[in-house]
Amino acid sequence: MAIEYLGLSKINGPLIVLEGIQDAFYDEIAELSIEGGKEKKIGRIIEMYEGRAVIQVFEGTENMSLSNTHTKLTGRPMEIPLSEEILGRTFNGIGQPIDGLGPIVSDIRRDVNGKPLNPVEREYPRNYIRTGISAIDGLTTLIRGQKLPIFSGNGLPHDTLAAQIVKQASLGDDTDEKFAIVFGAMGVKYDVAEYFRKTFEESGVSDHVAMFLNLANDPVVERLITPKVALTAAEYLAFECGMHILVILTDMTSFAEAMREVSSSKGEIPSRKGFPGYLYSELATIYERAGIVKGSSGSVTQIPILTMPNDDITHPIPDLTGYITEGQIVLDREMHGQSLYPPINVLPSLSRLMKDGIGAGFTREDHQDVANQLFSSYAKVGDARALASVIGEDELSPTDKKYLAFGKAFEEQFVGQGPFENRDIITTLDLGWKLLHMLPKEELDRIDTRILEKYYDSVTLDD
Amino acid sequence: MAEKTGIIYGINGPVVYIKGKTSFRMGEMVYVSEERLVGEIIGLTDEQTTIQVYEETSGLKPGDKVYGTDSAIFVTLAPGIVNNIFDGIERPLSEIAKQSGFYISRGISVDSLDTKKLWDVHMITAPGSPVGGGSRIAEVQETSAVLHKVMVPPDLEGTIVSVVPDGKYTIEDTIAVLQTPDGKKINLTMTQRWPIRVPRPTSRRFAATRPLITGQRILDTLFPIAKGGTAAVPGGFGTGKTMTQHQIAKWSDADIIVYIGCGERGNEMTQVLEEFSELVDPRTGNPLMDRTILIANTSNMPVAAREASIYTGITLAEYYRDMGYHVAIMADSTSRWAEALRELSGRLEEMPAEEGFPAYLASKLSAFYERAGYMQNLNGTEGSVSIIGAVSPQGGDFSEPVTQNTKRFVRCFWGLDKNLAYARHFPAIHWLTSYSEYLADLADWYNNNVGPDFISCRNRILAILNQESSLNEIVKLIGSDVLPDDQKLTLEIARVIRLGFLQQNAFHKDDTCVPMEKQLKMMQTILYLHERASALIAMGMPMSILKESDIFDRIIAIKYDVPNDQPELFGQYMRDIDKFYNEVLAKN
Repeated sequence: MAIEYLGLSKINGPLIVLEGIQDAFYDEIAELSIEGGKEKKIGRIIEMYEGRAVIQVFEGTENMSLSNTHTKLTGRPMEIPLSEEILGRTFNGIGQPIDGLGPIVSDIRRDVNGKPLNPVEREYPRNYIRTGISAIDGLTTLIRGQKLPIFSGNGLPHDTLAAQIVKQASLGDDTDEKFAIVFGAMGVKYDVAEYFRKTFEESGVSDHVAMFLNLANDPVVERLITPKVALTAAEYLAFECGMHILVILTDMTSFAEAMREVSSSKGEIPSRKGFPGYLYSELATIYERAGIVKGSSGSVTQIPILTMPNDDITHPIPDLTGYITEGQIVLDREMHGQSLYPPINVLPSLSRLMKDGIGAGFTREDHQDVANQLFSSYAKVGDARALASVIGEDELSPTDKKYLAFGKAFEEQFVGQGPFENRDIITTLDLGWKLLHMLPKEELDRIDTRILEKYYDSVTLDD
Repeated sequence: MAEKTGIIYGINGPVVYIKGKTSFRMGEMVYVSEERLVGEIIGLTDEQTTIQVYEETSGLKPGDKVYGTDSAIFVTLAPGIVNNIFDGIERPLSEIAKQSGFYISRGISVDSLDTKKLWDVHMITAPGSPVGGGSRIAEVQETSAVLHKVMVPPDLEGTIVSVVPDGKYTIEDTIAVLQTPDGKKINLTMTQRWPIRVPRPTSRRFAATRPLITGQRILDTLFPIAKGGTAAVPGGFGTGKTMTQHQIAKWSDADIIVYIGCGERGNEMTQVLEEFSELVDPRTGNPLMDRTILIANTSNMPVAAREASIYTGITLAEYYRDMGYHVAIMADSTSRWAEALRELSGRLEEMPAEEGFPAYLASKLSAFYERAGYMQNLNGTEGSVSIIGAVSPQGGDFSEPVTQNTKRFVRCFWGLDKNLAYARHFPAIHWLTSYSEYLADLADWYNNNVGPDFISCRNRILAILNQESSLNEIVKLIGSDVLPDDQKLTLEIARVIRLGFLQQNAFHKDDTCVPMEKQLKMMQTILYLHERASALIAMGMPMSILKESDIFDRIIAIKYDVPNDQPELFGQYMRDIDKFYNEVLAKN
């Protein structure tokens, strides 16, 4: 049935235009081969007029000319074959194996575009994931089925942090449940991909990892499909194989940049900073593919990493991301400069699902109160520091001086920890109480009186 | 008449074109392709017809047919709307789930409302009664909280010639026959249809004179909204827009809540659904879902339906208003709706105005907010639609077009503040940026129903907060130790107000919703403390001595320590303040 079309009528960056096409449909995948070339390229129809199709070529349009290209329509949207065999394998950005172990053979094929989850079929996420990192467990708790991005900047240790989360979360207490990692890299440096591969290997989880790699020198358009391919694999493993999947997507900024590039070649009207108007919808179709559904034991938890251009949290990419995701972990350059690891700035960091996944029965009854108090007290540290920079530390009131000391200890002891240090939640909470003890009792106005009485003096202060 | 059809010529995302001249009408609902995807005509020229499609368009191809329906995009209005969850074009999500599992597939044909279900109908009209548009002809107990009043559609009038006896009927059964003045007989069922973009008619609009009581102190006391009023809740991400909306949806004294999740998170809708089914309405003792209508168009659902969801929601609200109910709409978030407009406008290659938004953004926003109001309905009853719209300004910057344009059309502005949220001060509504224009309109109601000193207390509280803010400028420069004692007291009282009054704990059983009486008593207590402490300071007592007492912290804890149903406990606090006053005097 498949007709092959010879020649093109236009090539513009990653887009090609084909005329005289019949029976093609929107979003259909086309296979392109170049005369004399061996490999086949894949493209997707992104605009369709009678007899004329605009095709976006994933691998780039190098070597293509208006006369040497053969186009074959596949009659289906972008699909990938799936089975549990994908774990332990490495793929390129459009889901083709690149580890030399041969193709994935399976009857199960899934459309990478996915479909929206029906809100009535979702289950509200409540189970917390222990990451062993105090700033996260204590203050921005990660919940199974959540999407919690890391807002970072170039040169900040987001990769180390993500790797630490993967290592420590995977070695949780409930080892009987099936756990796997899907790693999607969009436009990252080779070294970064290699770092993650090595980390997975060292921590002994590489059998449970499916890697989808689009590196910085791989075609830009391919990046647009990489997160979708990765999430399609994740959804399959979670909802059909019943596994708990942690998806790491890095770097979402490259994804958005790729979208802007294609949008501009299409001649679309830009909205903010040249990004297309549908940036929000496009990001949402990725982030919303996290969650838990009724009647399935699996879950998809997402940790997307994005580098904020110029560390600007109001840039459209982090801004729109923050509106879709269920919180964010914000890394801070100043803290990094003080050699604090992980340099998490806790004030703008947030986990929206935290309130329902902590407390008695999940972590400990005082968790919410401790977290609120630490946030509130640490916010006051900022005021005290601002004042100290004007009038000098010596002139501060005794309470403000205590806040300064508290702030320093909080950053060094609570937020700061080693990249291999794995703290359990009780250690984290007790550490929180120990720090709060540095402040006068009457300053602790966010804690229920009963909890304050029970814990304020109970922590050991000798160490 | 032959069915109108067209042939698809081009497809670009959710926008589909038909080449040449067609006989479709502007705003007409169409079905696209054999999959019968729902679409709407949004542009007509003699060269091409433009359609926006409310579902995913992948798989469509040129040559597919488009079928006309001769009617605008409408909603079906009948019993079964309350305690239900719909997508942006009134398709029940639970029915969709039955057909397509946990993903939402395309081209699913489901009825908006259950047409098989038998309702207990009680007729309240008789043959011979003259009726007009909106006249109530029957009653159905829709949920434990809502008595559904079946009305004559607004565009009909005449005389009832026959009615069925009370009994069980489906929403499609004829329950009465109406004869129009020109002699035509029309069968009336419980079902009406109404186009979503057209406001339902009313006979007149009243000024806003009654508050929508929300149980949230900063709203009810400082920045109240009227029944039939409009409010905007702008705030960057993480500042608590959704939380504020949830609180109002749970505790406000509206009869019906329409919660529109427009382009927001799927998990949030799930949370509303779970939580509202479990929570009990403190006024009626019924589950909150029994007065709630949810419209969920999450951010990953098709963008065109997101644009429609706001209109679907307000049309359902107007329908219940026509029955004589007070309806409150939570639109979360109007920015996503504006962005849907921008996205579609971009696809249509329209000339963008500010920040890529189309030039008609302002007029669309005003048309939406003006559908709110306290109305006299066609049938003589009174009802209201209040709109509380969340705004998600990009980068938390209130100068962006959606916030600015919304500000022009709402009379209540509850600005959420990032720094308050960072310090976990919730609700993070900032008292300096927020305002309510309804205060003057509602003053009479407060005087008569809460207390004659309510407004003056409220103004004094706000004045103290304003003084604190200017004092803080000084404190930032030189520290608080050098301030004179009376200013230190102002700071201390402001602290009591902020922690003890403005901060409200949504997870505390008493504090989550506070009756007006307690709100007033709390203010009176704080102000009394201020008065007595000021008197002491005026006598030369230093602030350090006053602070030795724990009275300030005890007043802060009133919100937890005095249960909502025991206002008599406040007397003790007044006596304690007197005791504190006397003790300080005696000591020095």
